[in-house]
Formats: sequence, structure tokens, C-alpha cells
Amino acid sequence: MKEMKVDAIRNGTVIDHIPAGKAWEVAEILKIHQAPLLVGVNLISRKYGRKDLIKIEDHELSSREASSIALIAPQASISIIREYEITQKVPVTIPDEITALIVCPNPACVTNAEPVPTRFTTGGATTENEVRVRCVYCEKRYRMTDVKLRLQP
Amino acid sequence: MKNLISMRDLTREETLRILELAQEIEGGKTRPDLSGRLAALLFYEPSTRTHFSFDTAMKRLGGQTLSMSGSGSTSVQKGESLADTLKTISMYSDLIVIRSPVEGAARYAAEVVDIPIINAGDGANQHPTQALLDLYSIRKTQGTLEGLSVALVGDLKFGRTAHSLVQALAGFRPTFTFVSPEHLVMPQYILEDLDAAGVTYHHQTTLDGVTPGLDVMYVTRIQRERFADPEEYEQVKDSYVIDREILSDAKPTLRVMHPLPRVKEVSTEVDGTEHAYYFQQARNGVPIRQALLALLLGAAS
Ligand SMILES: [Zn+2]
Repeated sequence: MKEMKVDAIRNGTVIDHIPAGKAWEVAEILKIHQAPLLVGVNLISRKYGRKDLIKIEDHELSSREASSIALIAPQASISIIREYEITQKVPVTIPDEITALIVCPNPACVTNAEPVPTRFTTGGATTENEVRVRCVYCEKRYRMTDVKLRLQP
Repeated sequence: MKNLISMRDLTREETLRILELAQEIEGGKTRPDLSGRLAALLFYEPSTRTHFSFDTAMKRLGGQTLSMSGSGSTSVQKGESLADTLKTISMYSDLIVIRSPVEGAARYAAEVVDIPIINAGDGANQHPTQALLDLYSIRKTQGTLEGLSVALVGDLKFGRTAHSLVQALAGFRPTFTFVSPEHLVMPQYILEDLDAAGVTYHHQTTLDGVTPGLDVMYVTRIQRERFADPEEYEQVKDSYVIDREILSDAKPTLRVMHPLPRVKEVSTEVDGTEHAYYFQQARNGVPIRQALLALLLGAAS
């Protein structure tokens, strides 16, 4: 039988070039799936110095899921693996609306008072190197780097 | 238009239609019939003026109201979810007017029930009926909303009415002068919206030279609690008082507006001048709210 490297996956998704230290946040988003995750942190990258990396077994990320990863790691690259081969690159694009993921930092916001999933829009509020989001409810705007993420039921 | 939640939702055409209908109602040209219709006025924080204004608007068109008011501690914090309260009230009424210290409460309400929702103020966020009555007042006194020179004076950082008015006017090519203490300036996100809309504005910390050429002076209250140092408050408070002296080089058509209640920001000596408009402004809330109730209840188009 052919020997495998421990981090090679047969089928699934590889998320590469995650900024060092951001892997846990990305993994948090991916917990929705029951799929096993392999998380590599502080790996050497020729391009970025240090980077994180995540492999997901037996789950191919949809473009919608890739979008939510774009919020945390816009420079990540996502590849779909089939039979150990990269078969497809999923574009990492910022979605127009993000549901049930961002915690609204505004303590007076209805999403912190009532059982309602948060909704944030990104449209027109994105500058080159930072993603900005606006709460649909309290209408406050935040930098992505200033908000916490938590998957909501 | 199914609800009125935020000025940010309204198109220019919708805004103008509301103002137009309000004018027709006020002028007696049209009288929408709301007889047999019931509006629930749900006030989670007290606001006598806004409550009276909606109550009057509904009743003068033949409709009826039921009121639930109290401090923020009544239903929400007693454990009944806002959703349950709203669903129950929607069984009895045709429309809900909601005021709440919780920001986004009206948006949420509109998602929970099928009947129309009017936001009568959600914390520091929006107060669209105030913004519309301000627009109505401006158009009524200036004959147009286009290309006006407007100064906003006072607490521009926390002043919700100032934010809404700026957003509401942005589409009408205004020139803004923002007059406020350094630590109460217009928030960055509003300025970014104005930049994106190509609106001209500038900021100053005193009233010096603000009056000539000005069409509207919109004054808001500076609250003591915004200052860490009480002495600084005393000093600032007195430097933003509109009096006859400041208005001495004003155009005859300049109008001074204020969302009321005022404390000292506008001297009572201004009350008798042609520039004073704050009391009429408050009265304009009724036709605006009549127009909104009629539109949302399908009694006007
Ligand atoms: Zn919010």
C-alpha cells in the first residue's frame, strides 16, 4: 500500500495562505460541517513569511463558504482536491451579506437583546486592505478587524 | 413602501412623494380616510411629543389608536420577547408605531410581523419621521430642497436628528457647515457617506461667519452628560447660543430650526423674529405622520 504524508488529503479542500494566527477563526467558521479539519499554524511561507493552512477532509467548500472565509483572510487561496490532485481553485470573494456569523459590537443593538441572527452588509464599504461591514439592524459600521465571529444557530 | 424603518431605505422619489402628500393633506386638498383602522403605538421609552403627534395624526384622519408605553424596563426586560409582544399586538391592529432604546428594534419588528411598522426612534440610530418633518419644514420655508446652504449646530456626534437630516438632504446637492465643539464633531462614517455622494461640507468650532448666505440653521442640544469636565460644558454651552446678534447678517429667508425641547441653544429673543421656525416645525410632524400612516395603510398612493 502506498504511504501517505499525514497532511495529504485524498478528497476535500485546502485553504492556504491564511495570515498567521487566523487559522482558528477560519476553523470556527468551518465547524458547521462535521468534516475533520487539519490545522497547520505558523508554517513557513516564501511569500508571506509565516502563514496558516487548513485542510478539510471529504468536504468541498462552496463559493458561499469561501466568501465567509474571505472576510477573515482575503488573501487566502482555496483549492478543491480530488484523488490527491487540485482540481479547482475557488475564488475568494467578499460576499454582499453575511448572516449569523459576526457578533455586533454595539451593546444597544437588537441582535444583542433578542434571539435574532446578525446580518451585515459589505457593499460599497470595502477599501483595499480592510473589509468593512454594516449591521443591517443598528446600521453601525465596523472594520472586520474590530468584530468577533461566532456561529449563530 | 411597506414600512418606514430608516431614511437610508427611502428613495428620493419616495421621500418627495411623502412630502407632497403631507402638503396636500395640510392644505386640505386631500383627506385620506382611516376610519375603522387601528394603529398600535408601542413606546418602550417615553416620548410625549412623538406619541401625541402620531396619536393626533391617526385620529384626525378618522382612525383609532391603542397605546402601550412605559420605561425601557416594562415588557422587554420582564422576559417577554419583543417578537411575542409584537405578534400579539399585530393580532389587534393594522399598523405598529414602535419607539425603543434598542437599536434596530424597528427593523426586527418588520421582520417579525406582517403589518406595516413605523420607526418612531430606535436608540441612537434612526428617527425617520423626525427627519421627514425636518425635510418638510425646510421645503416649506425655502420652496425647495435643492442646493441649499445648511448649518448644523451643537452636538453632531451623538445627535441622531442631525445625522438623519444630513443623510436625508445628501441627495439634494446641499452645502453643509458643521458647527460643534472639537469632541462632538460629525462622525467619520457620515462624512464618508457625504464624500461618496459628492456633498460639500466644512467644519468649524464657532458660529463666526456662519450666517451670511445661509438658508437653514439647524440647532441641536448639547447635553451636559457628554462632557467629562462640567466647567468645559458651561463654557461650550454658552458659545453655541443663537441670538439676534448672530442673526444680524442673515438673509431674510434664513430659518432657525430645532427638534425641541430647547434649553438655551436658541435665545428666546429669536422667537419673535422672522427667522424663528421651531414651533411651526414641531407642528409639521402631524401632516408628515398623517401622510405616512395613509401611505402605509393603503389609504393614499
Ligand atoms: Zn448591530
